[in-house]
This record gives sequence, structure tokens and C-alpha cells, in this order.
Amino acid sequence: MTTASIHIDGNAYSVTAGQSLLRACLSLGFNVPYFCWHPALESVGACRQCAVKLYRDEKDTRGRIAMSCMTPVTDGMIVSIEDPDVRKFRARNIEWLMLNHPHDCPVCDEGGECHLQDMTVMTGHTYRRTRFRKRTYRNQDLGPFVNHEMNRCIQCYRCVRFYRDYAHGRDLDVFGIHDSVYFGRHEDGVLQNIFAGNLVEICPTGVFTDKTGKRHFVRKWDLQTAPSVCVHCGLGCNIIPGERGGELRRIRNRFNGSVNGYFLCDRGRYGYEFVNSPSRVRQPLRRDGRGEHHKPLRSEEARALFADILSRKGRVVGVGSPRASLEANFALRALVGPEHFFAGMADTELALIQRQIDIMKIGPVPAIPLGKVATCDAVLVLGEDVTNTAPILALNILQACRNAPMARADALHIPRWEDRAAREAAQQVKGPFFLITAHDTWLDESAELVFKGTPDDIARLGFVVAHFLDEDCPSVAGMDGDRTDIARTIARSLGQARDPLIISGPGTGSGYVIDAAANIAWALRKNNRNARLSFTVPECNSLGLAFMASQAVDSALAAVERGAADTLVILENDLFRRTDKDRIIACLNACKHVVLLDHLMHGTASLADLVLPVGTFAETTGTLVSSEGRAQRFFQVYAPQGDIRPSWQWMRDAMTVRGTLRGASWRYLDDIIAAIAGEFPELQPVIDSAPPGAFRIKGLKVPRETHRVSGRTSIHADTTVHEPKPPDDPDSPFAFSMEGYGGKPPSSLIPRFWAPRWNSVQALNKFQSEVGSDLVGGDPGCMVIEPNTGEEPVYRQSIPEVLAPSGSLVPVPLYHIFGSEELSMFSSSVAGRAPCPYVALNPRDASRLGLSNGDEVEIAGRWRGPVVLRAGLPEGIVGVPSGLPGTGAGITGGRVDVTKVTS
Amino acid sequence: MLSEDERMEILKELEGAEDAPSIAMEALRIVQGRRGYISDETLCDIAAFLNMTPHELDSLATFYSFIFRKPVGRHVIYVCDGVTCWVMGHESIFEHLKQRLGINWGETTEDGSFTLLPVSCIGACDHAPAIMIDSTLYGDLSKEKIDEILKEHR
Repeated sequence: MTTASIHIDGNAYSVTAGQSLLRACLSLGFNVPYFCWHPALESVGACRQCAVKLYRDEKDTRGRIAMSCMTPVTDGMIVSIEDPDVRKFRARNIEWLMLNHPHDCPVCDEGGECHLQDMTVMTGHTYRRTRFRKRTYRNQDLGPFVNHEMNRCIQCYRCVRFYRDYAHGRDLDVFGIHDSVYFGRHEDGVLQNIFAGNLVEICPTGVFTDKTGKRHFVRKWDLQTAPSVCVHCGLGCNIIPGERGGELRRIRNRFNGSVNGYFLCDRGRYGYEFVNSPSRVRQPLRRDGRGEHHKPLRSEEARALFADILSRKGRVVGVGSPRASLEANFALRALVGPEHFFAGMADTELALIQRQIDIMKIGPVPAIPLGKVATCDAVLVLGEDVTNTAPILALNILQACRNAPMARADALHIPRWEDRAAREAAQQVKGPFFLITAHDTWLDESAELVFKGTPDDIARLGFVVAHFLDEDCPSVAGMDGDRTDIARTIARSLGQARDPLIISGPGTGSGYVIDAAANIAWALRKNNRNARLSFTVPECNSLGLAFMASQAVDSALAAVERGAADTLVILENDLFRRTDKDRIIACLNACKHVVLLDHLMHGTASLADLVLPVGTFAETTGTLVSSEGRAQRFFQVYAPQGDIRPSWQWMRDAMTVRGTLRGASWRYLDDIIAAIAGEFPELQPVIDSAPPGAFRIKGLKVPRETHRVSGRTSIHADTTVHEPKPPDDPDSPFAFSMEGYGGKPPSSLIPRFWAPRWNSVQALNKFQSEVGSDLVGGDPGCMVIEPNTGEEPVYRQSIPEVLAPSGSLVPVPLYHIFGSEELSMFSSSVAGRAPCPYVALNPRDASRLGLSNGDEVEIAGRWRGPVVLRAGLPEGIVGVPSGLPGTGAGITGGRVDVTKVTS
Repeated sequence: MLSEDERMEILKELEGAEDAPSIAMEALRIVQGRRGYISDETLCDIAAFLNMTPHELDSLATFYSFIFRKPVGRHVIYVCDGVTCWVMGHESIFEHLKQRLGINWGETTEDGSFTLLPVSCIGACDHAPAIMIDSTLYGDLSKEKIDEILKEHR
């Protein structure tokens, strides 16, 4: 990268040559208005708003007007942003764009954070001169997530560029011509793309807005916000939840260049309503005997009862939670003792995740930061349905697939940021992206090569690929010619790539698949130090929990069954999602006491003797470890009403009452974090994942409310005219207040993106070291796993055998972005998109078994559902949806019989 | 459902084409040639045949003035509203047509003989003001000439 010296309005600046002038100007902090440009979508030159003046040389006094987004930065360039001609041009341009724009800002959901509003004010267009009628459109029903109001459109084309080009959606497009251009669908209907919610942030005005937010709308400036982390999968995307009046109102993306960048998936954006769900546990509940109804009890009583249960000389075991913070899990571990602490997942799942951690630790290949996936130029996915288990990873893979075909644009000297031309040059050519999965997935269309098979087939093929890359890898006996050819093709492509990436995960339930991925990555590493790995995990803190426990739910139940335990303390977990239903019921009944700390009423809650109400991610502070091993702090957004408290405080208090254990010395969250770091040296970086609670800037806390927040003195006027004291928060550097430090805080403490004159989400430009790159001061989060780059790895040797053909089928879990995740299913918009339980069969298997579409079948004696014929499922596999509410734990491993239920 | 003939004709266009979507315009014209216009149902059939979504095909179809997404009359009159025709009296031509036919832009006469559509430029600036009826170009128009032309098409 070469630097260029450019002159802007008489001052000299040094910037990277070859980038677009608009990006350079924005990175330097200039307020150049723009619409069609977006840092992730780059330039198309459609809106004519970012005009600047260019001068040939010092003698040129006239200059010429050019679009800065379409102009490459060259050395010695002379530019004016403030020239009167070009200022007038920009004002006139916006006047044109505003011709048909309605004057509905006061009732528009975008008002107050509208890029169009900001730009209009910035250019100085204040008076409407046109006398003509505005064109109007009929709006469409686009489903539960996105609201449509086409009259506000200024035809910047960002929506279709994001939806079609970036996210590969095919059901949103542009219609018509001239001044009746329409962005929408061919007919009303649910937007099918799982990233559709990003339209809300991509649209520079109010055409696409958050439909769930409409039910409880609050302006951006009235929201109380804090930096947070998404809890709906293991990737750890950064989010900004917003609250007012004790209700969580919405989720917005929080840019983190190393993680999610600019985008969220729809589960992450719309799953939040579980926090407001009527199923929330808001006060302590107890039942006097089995089969009795729960009765509420006061907080102090609950605390005493909890301590009492623990002190009855019972044999207590604790079950932690992969969806609870490190701090909450550690508190439980301290409460029950390390040997009595069990990870709240199936033992098989814990083994898979620990296998992944091992591979990341002992091997030399680092886990790739999610935000860097898009820079890879060859991708192999082994086994994992990333679209549904790690959606933003899938979105980034799509961008990675573009890199190799972009060589065609490079050869033509088309800068990649010149988006339309570069895409035109690359045509429909597919990059080296290989998909080896158990069934058809959404990514199939984008892959160069797709192979489908059972988890064992997947692993075996993976081992062959590794063997082709390095002969020291074990070879696989009995592979047929076709599969060998496929493996050879993949190995060749990966071997030639500059930045190859291998992705796998626990989705198929097979450890062999994970091992095969490790061998491929390690084999690549021998010749290419850029090789990278990525493992997904099922839940937001699966990885963190796996550091703390060596046994899991099945072992905990076994302890109850053999009489080694009679009291169960369960943290933020519904055991029915983990293992066999009958076994859980028997165990819970066998216990003297079952205590649950959770925020939602679910199957386990209804069987607990004592239920303690705990805060969700929005009501507590804590740390999560993402699938790549990044420890990230999420901060309490608002103080919950009533008896809801953080899990760790309930447990700390119980320990204090008992007068035992070190819990008594945990005054603040930071005390637990220090204890975690002391106990687990690997988790030491957790301390640095965000500043401590005592952190102040100029002696001030960071305010959660904006300086414009309204109604502070009047919002409680119906009950009291006194302004209540804001709640204290000793656990974080944030205050529940509009008062505090008004400048930019460190990157891990940014509660919202706002800058003077930039009220929209585009204010983010002002927080990045360069527009589109990392946040000033570095992206938040600390890695807890360092790869062992010193030693040669020992290749994994154990390869699955080919099973003899049989009439039984191999069960494979099918994941659904809307449906498979527990918490988001308490959000009505997400639940509305989830499928009903079903059993997927290849049509040929179905006809062999005498089954047809809709027949009710039973699997393994416990799973029931109607048959759905799915040609994309290979023969010999039966697909069972994972995690749908009320369906219990999934079925993986072995073989099962599918039998018709005759009623 | 596309007819056998329509399929054959589209497949013929497909020979030598890079991919199916690249002949979308030809496919629309082939089917419109036989059916007069592209209904929603027809659009979906063609899209499925070309491995496109209806959204993608409709995006193309609605861009072009010569693809009809609603039924039209036996003859379609395209009135050029390009700059040259406008300078040379486009407005009076349009007013006259409107009065003679008793219809406005986008409408079809009651007897189903004419549909009136604007078109951005038909490349006949040297004979402005100009119109097209179906595929025939008429230039250097006056009110009298229009009456004559209409009579021919009745």
C-alpha cells in the first residue's frame, strides 16, 4: 500500500493511495455528504451527493466537479470540499432527491437517526421550492421483521445492493423506471433472506424500519443503551440494545471490525423480545410439594430459603449454563465446589467443544476472527450448516467467495471499491468455496463444489483431503474414485490459495468431522502460514463454560441416579433441551431440592422447588467467550424492576448467609472476574476484555442515556413529582443517567454511535481509525486461546469405518435459524418464522419405507412428526429438526428406525 | 404453464447463451408475442423456466416500456416524449390522440382497439413529433395525419 499526499482546501494530508476519495475524506474527518456509498458496499456513483471539486494543478482556479466516491486517490491531488460551486451542487442535488420525500419526519420511525435528515441539514437545503404533486406508492407487507414505506425512498439502491449483491437474497428487487422506481418484492410476502433486518440500518431513510420496534417505539435519543453481546449463537456479535420504561425496545448493530462488522442476522436483531416476554420470571417462586403450583415469595425469604436448602447437609450438585456469563457459571462452581459442578449441556456436546479447544490450543493454526473471514480466498466448510448455526459467518463466507474471481477485475485495473464495475468483471464466477455437509444448505448455490453425506462420510472425505495436502496425514482405505477426485480437487484449490480457511463445528455431533478439519488445517499450515481455522459452537458461552467443567448434564443426572446427589442447583438452563425427558423427570423427582436460577418459565422451571428470578443479558453485566475464543463483556442496559437480580448475586448472598466459601468476599463483579483469572490462568485475558467497574474518564462515568434524553423530570410524574435517584451501578463504568463523560469512551465502552451532525448509524465513521476498519483504540475483546505455533502437530489418526448397509437410517440434526435457539423462540416475531416439528427423508428412502409426505412417523421411540420429503437430503439419512420448543434433545449418532405411527 | 412451442422457442434462444437469465428479455418477448402481455402467472412460469425468481424477472419486465404487464388493446400507440418531440409539439399530438380516443396514458379504448403509452425516445428526432403504432413508425405528425393513421387502424 502506497501513501499519497493530497491537498484538501489548502491543507496537505497523507492518505492511502488508490482508495476512493470519499473514503479518504471521511477517514480524515471531513463531513462529505453521501447516500449510495456505504463502507461495506463501496461505490456505485448513483446519488451524486458526494461531489467535490478537483483541480488539475496549482494554476487551475476553475476546477471541475467530480463524485468523490468514484475518484481514486492519487498523489498530489488537489481537492476542495468547501468550494461554493460544489457546495451549491450538493444542496441542489439533495433538493432533487427530496422532491418526492414526504414531510413525515415526526411520525417516521427513522426520525432523529435518519441519514437523509443529517445530510439535508448538512448541505443546507431548508426550503422546498417545487410546487408539484409528490408521487406515492403502495407499501408492501414484508413479514414480521421489516416495515415498508416506499414514499420515503430516494432511490440510492443501497437496499438491493445489500440484499442481492452482499447477502445473496433473491426476493427483493427494484421495479419500474424513471421517477416511479420501486424497491420491494414482486408481490407482498415475507422477506426470505435471514439478513433482511439489516435493511433497517442500510436504508439511509425510513423506507425500511424495524417492524418489531413499531410496537413499542422510542426515538434513538430517548433510549438507554450500553454495549452488549448477542446471546443467540456462539459468534459473539456486538450489539446495542436500547431500553426505555423498563422495556427492551430494540437491538442495533455495534460495529466491531474483528467480529460482526456492520451486520447482524435476523435472529440476533429480533430475538430480543424474550426479555419482555410474558414468560419472564419476575419474582421468586416456590412450591411446597411436588405437583403443587408455584407461589410467589419475597426476595428475603427466597434468599433465606436458598441458603437453608444449601446448608441442609445435602449432597449438592450444580448445573451451569452455556447461555450464562462466565461470572454466573463461576459463582455456581464456587457455590457447589468444582467437583460438583457440571456444564449445562449434553456430555457428548461438551466433549466435542473441548476437542475443538484442544485443536485450537495444541495446533499451530489460529482461529480466524469472524471479521477477517471475508478476506480469505478459499473456504472449506466441513459438516456445519453455518447458515443456521452461525449466520454471520455464512454472510462473511459469501464475501470471501468473491476474492478469487476479483482477480479478473484486478487484471483490468478496476479498483475493487468500484463495486458495479468490479462485479461486472467478475461476472457469476464462483470462488473456491467447498461445502461438505449432511444435507442441502442455503450456501449450496454459492459453492463451487458440494458434497453431501453422513457425518462419517464427511469426516472420511475430509481425511482424504488432508492426506492429499500432506502424506503424513493418515490415509483412508476404501474410498471410491469419485470421492477421491472430489478430495483431490478441494486439496488442490486449498493448497493454491493465499488465505485458505477451514470451517467446522459440533453440528453433526461427530468428533471425527472436527478431527478431519484439524488435519486439513494443520496440513495446509505446513506450506502456508496464512491457513486459518474456524469452529462454531452452539451457544453464546459454550466455549467459556467448557473451560470450567469436565463433566456435563448426563454426568450430573448420573450422580443423582446413583444417590451421590440429592440437591440440584440449575443455572439458566432448561434441562429438557439437553437429554432424555423421562430421565430428567425421574432425576428431578428423586432430588430433595431443585433450585433454578433463570429468567424464563420453561419445562425445568415448572418442576423446580425454588425458582429465583435472574437478569437477562440486558439487565446484567458479564463476560462471554465466543466461538473464536474472544472474551467480550456485555453491560447492563437497565436496572430491572422488582426482584430480578444477577445470578451471581443470588449465589453470592447464599454463600454469605452460609458463612462459607470465598463468595462472601465478592462485593463487585470485578471480584469474581479476578477470582476467575486466579483459578483459570487461561482466562486471565477476561480481566482485560473491558475496563473495570471503577474505571472513570476525568472522574466521570459513561452515561447510558444521551444528553438529549427527554422526560427525566416528568416521566414519573403520575406517581411522584420528585425525580428519583438513578440506580447505582458499582459493577461497570456506566451510569444510569444522562450525566457523565460526554466524549468518546474506549472502544469496549461505546454505548451508541453518535457524533455532532451525525445522528444516524453512520456516525460510526467518527469512531473508526479509518472508515470501515477497526475502532479507534482497537476492536473490543481479548483472545483466551493462543495457538501453539512452536510445535509440529500430531495428526489425528482415528478415521471412522464405513458401516455395512442396513435398513436403518443415520440421524442428522437439522438447524433452523428461527426455531433451534431457545431464547429467541420467546420472541413472537422469530417464533412466527419457525417450522413445526417434522421428519425429513430422501424421497427414495421414504418410498422404500412405504412412507409419503405428511405421514406421522416415530424415531427411536421418542421423536414424532410428519414426514417431509427433501431431495437435498442424501439417501440413508433422516433429518430431525434441532431444538424446536417442546421437542426435547436432538438425536445424533448411531442408526435409527423410522416407523409409521398408526392411530 | 408455458406451451410446448414457447418452450422450444426459448430453448432455441438459450443455445449459445452464457446462462438462462441472460436471455430473459428474449423469453419475455417470445411469450408476449403469443399472448399479448405478461400476466403475473405467466411471469412466474417464465421465471421458473429460466431459473430466476419472479422478483428478478419482474425487475427486468417493469423496466422496459415494450413489455406489457397488463392486457393491452389490439394496437399500442407509443407517443414519444423525448426532448426533440417535446420541442416539436408532442403535447398537442398527445392532446389530440387523447381526445380522439377518449383515453389517457396507460388506458385502452372501450372497443379494445388502442392502448396509449408514453415512450422515452424512439430515435426519430429527424421526423419529430413521432409516434409508433405497434412496430410501425409515423413521423412529421399533424392532427390531420393522426386522424388518417387512426382510420387505417380501426
